[in-house]
Amino acid sequence: MSWQVYHRFIAFTNARLWRLTHVDVLLLAALLILMSGGLFILYSASGQDVAMVERQVLRLGIGMVTCLGLAQLPPKYMRRASPFLFAVLVGLLICVLLFGVGAKGAQRWLALPGGLRFQPSEFMKIVMPMMVAWYFANRPLPPKLKEIITVLVIIAVPSLMVAKQPDLGTALLVGVSGIFALFLAGLGWRYILGAAAAVPVAAYGLWQVMRDYQKQRVLTFLDPESDPLGSGWNIIQSKTAIGSGGLHGKGYLEGTQAQLNFLPESHTDFIIAVLAEEFGMIGCAMLMCAYLLVIARGLYIAAYAEDNYARLLAGSVTLTFFVYMFVNIGMVSGILPVVGVPLPLVSYGGTSIITIMATFGILMSIQTHKRAR
Amino acid sequence: MGKHHQVFRNYRQEHALTKRRVVVAAVFVLLMVGVLMARLFYLQVMEYELYQTKANDNRVMLVTEPPPRGLIYDRNGVVLADNRPIHSLTVIPERAAKLPELKASLSSIVDITEEDWAEYESKLKEYRRPYQSITLKSQLTDDEWSKVSVDLYKLDGVQVEAQLTRYYPYGEAFAHAIGYVGRITSRDLERVDRLAYQGALFIGKTGVEEYYESTLFGKPGISKVEVNARGRIMSEIERQNPTPGKDLHLYMDARLQQYAYDLLGNYKGAVVAIDPNNGGVLAMVSKPGFDPNLFVRGISINQYAELRDDKRLPLFNRALRGGYPPASTIKPFMGLAGLEYGFSSWSETYYARGYYQINPNGRRYRDWKRGGHGWIDLERSIIESVDTYYYQLAHKMGITPIHTFLSKFGYGKSSILDLNGASSGLLPSNEWKKARYKEPWYPGDSVNVGIGQGFMVATPIQIATANAAMAARGHMYYPRMVDRVDGNPAVFENDDGVEHEIKLKDQRNWEKMVRAMEKVVSDSRGTARRLQGTEYKIAGKTGTGQVFSLADDQEYDADNLDKRLHDHALFIGFAPSDAPKIAVFAIFENGGSSSKPADLTKALFDAYLYNKYPEKYDYFEVQRR
Repeated sequence: MSWQVYHRFIAFTNARLWRLTHVDVLLLAALLILMSGGLFILYSASGQDVAMVERQVLRLGIGMVTCLGLAQLPPKYMRRASPFLFAVLVGLLICVLLFGVGAKGAQRWLALPGGLRFQPSEFMKIVMPMMVAWYFANRPLPPKLKEIITVLVIIAVPSLMVAKQPDLGTALLVGVSGIFALFLAGLGWRYILGAAAAVPVAAYGLWQVMRDYQKQRVLTFLDPESDPLGSGWNIIQSKTAIGSGGLHGKGYLEGTQAQLNFLPESHTDFIIAVLAEEFGMIGCAMLMCAYLLVIARGLYIAAYAEDNYARLLAGSVTLTFFVYMFVNIGMVSGILPVVGVPLPLVSYGGTSIITIMATFGILMSIQTHKRAR
Repeated sequence: MGKHHQVFRNYRQEHALTKRRVVVAAVFVLLMVGVLMARLFYLQVMEYELYQTKANDNRVMLVTEPPPRGLIYDRNGVVLADNRPIHSLTVIPERAAKLPELKASLSSIVDITEEDWAEYESKLKEYRRPYQSITLKSQLTDDEWSKVSVDLYKLDGVQVEAQLTRYYPYGEAFAHAIGYVGRITSRDLERVDRLAYQGALFIGKTGVEEYYESTLFGKPGISKVEVNARGRIMSEIERQNPTPGKDLHLYMDARLQQYAYDLLGNYKGAVVAIDPNNGGVLAMVSKPGFDPNLFVRGISINQYAELRDDKRLPLFNRALRGGYPPASTIKPFMGLAGLEYGFSSWSETYYARGYYQINPNGRRYRDWKRGGHGWIDLERSIIESVDTYYYQLAHKMGITPIHTFLSKFGYGKSSILDLNGASSGLLPSNEWKKARYKEPWYPGDSVNVGIGQGFMVATPIQIATANAAMAARGHMYYPRMVDRVDGNPAVFENDDGVEHEIKLKDQRNWEKMVRAMEKVVSDSRGTARRLQGTEYKIAGKTGTGQVFSLADDQEYDADNLDKRLHDHALFIGFAPSDAPKIAVFAIFENGGSSSKPADLTKALFDAYLYNKYPEKYDYFEVQRR
């Protein structure tokens, strides 16, 4: 790449048009790469169901509108709104626990008039880091013990409420999004190491409060072969799909595990197995590169954001996005329990596309509302 | 308090701290991506072959297609065991409704018994590939089939499958000889190749069907198919067509078999007809029989109990397993034994009184003729069936020569080549008695054996075999059912002699003994003189087997005796006696007098040699293929 081309590229990304429309063109480009790759896989994973791909395009479009819309909102308004949004969402989570609706023994939604449903926990994934960032915005960093404890309570209350629904995947993401903000705020290493040491103890405690179906998931995770036709089926089939893909894959639309329906949930949570089977390890590496582009841009925005609130918020939503990806691929490949986390922007459906795109709107806002230096 | 601190905040330092933390996070992200890539490398590169195999195992399923079972024909091409298409109701449990709903929805359409449901539920618990169907009700009637077909669309996971089933057109007269096929049990699967029988419905359980199972079964077709997770076949990768089972042509003459069965009337009994020139079994009847089709259909517990508990023992194959005293039919063989070992001769005469005693004042062994036969010789002892002659002969010989000689004719062992389950009867010996009773052999034991009674027990197939050997003048063929397999001569490997020659010191004795047996019919005092008047010569020997021992001074009085204690009536005969084509043994249990089996034998000779069948057997002609 010659210098001339590089300068033209930089000039393009800094063009007046983008500044006026508050679009971060690099993040947008990374997201579009990821989305188009995702649609490509979905076509295969859905069994070449064009209608399903169209619906996904519609969802991604709505997500993109949300993203670009939120990008117009200056970060200072977000900061001011943070505690109120948090309070409202906690209130709504209480409502969910009291009169929520749902399926399979889980209460996750609030029924709205007109047959609509609303899932407060999904929005808590964004509001949680906003709340923690807001808390630290006016306080000197690194945080002191008292502040740490306060923030941990702020994180724990909604996380436990979501876990109680029960929705382990979302609870995990809500929790880590707050924890990341705390980490970025400069949480002392001794606390971090201490917490790491406490994990086994916490794991034991968690085991005691887990529902049977959650325990079953853990047991299945530890020894999936023990129930190959029942609870172990999903993970065995996804590992088989991934492993049989090899280095190069079996070719687009040629994956026997995916196309012959051996792979369960192939278009939603287990979609990475389709990619792994049809495009092999090379395809997976390419997808991961697309994710890394998004994450790298997010972390860059965080590092160079204007104030503490923006830095903490930008950093933690980016890291949460990464956790999404990590947990999903980890569970599909059999190193993490199956907790029902979709592969962000690639898995079919779900409210998650909207909320994830909203976080990218926040990132764009943070990047494009900086006062010129 | 917050405001107080704000004054001293070092924003530059705080920015550096958060920036540092972002860098740490970036490193963390890269590390974790490295973990994921390592995991993918492990699965996709290091364990690639394992998972590739697993994926292929998932995708590729071997489907076996049961071969059509070979047919069984009689010597004239009449089909004795046929294949017919049937329709069965099968269920794929994964796709069907839960059991109570399934029961409810099916009960309005087709009648399914509690037994069927019980069997279905037990199969549900066994290991089974997911989405493999289970038979709920086999052999739907046409009516049921059309009903189910109409309503099938309402019932997920319920389907009608077409299969071939066995059908025995002539039923009970052939049940014991041909045998039957039945549903495969887990015990059956232990002795066959499980893969080959996957998808097969039936396996031979008795008779020819059992012995020739591997020949009749054929080779299943195997197709490699690609299936989806629901077990639905998506495409066929490779296919090997089934090889049909081989057809069997028996020596049996279906008309003769049916005729013999009918001629037994209401008596229990057995008839075995053998071609002395090759040992082929022309007829093998055990009466009463049963409908073998019941077992194919899957006999109900009640039906089975009825057959099992029937006092007439319809399930018992008398021809192969019935143990009877050979009675006087043993006399020609005993006579030959006496000649062979020098204990008698054709010229020696004997004064036959009404009884025989080993010692004066000892037990009286009675002759069937009260006053005795007077002066007789060996030939007359056969013609008039003189008991006392054989008492004294056996007494003189002792058991050892008797045992040696009679075993040459197949007594005391199971000699049929291609049927399982034949009993070996009992040809007693010194050693046997010692082992069995811990007692020596007494002379009195020999006396009883002399007239085919006492310890001696033989099965109809044994007596018939010995009779055929006599007809062939010592050229003995072991009896066999199957003549040709798919048009080629049947080969028997597992025996010490498909045929063998019984050599006498004086081979002329065969002919002389046959002459004596001819006179049993032709002589005016012969015990089978009622058979006179045929265009061909019959050689024969009557016998009456005691079921009930009379005390020394008691008289056998049929009228005052319970029918179950009546003597068994036996007859052996062959014709034409100069060059016999057929040798028959018949026994009427509790038949009283040997006229019944003698008449039956003559009727079979007429039928077999001169095609003199009653008109009603013409339908066998029509059935020839």
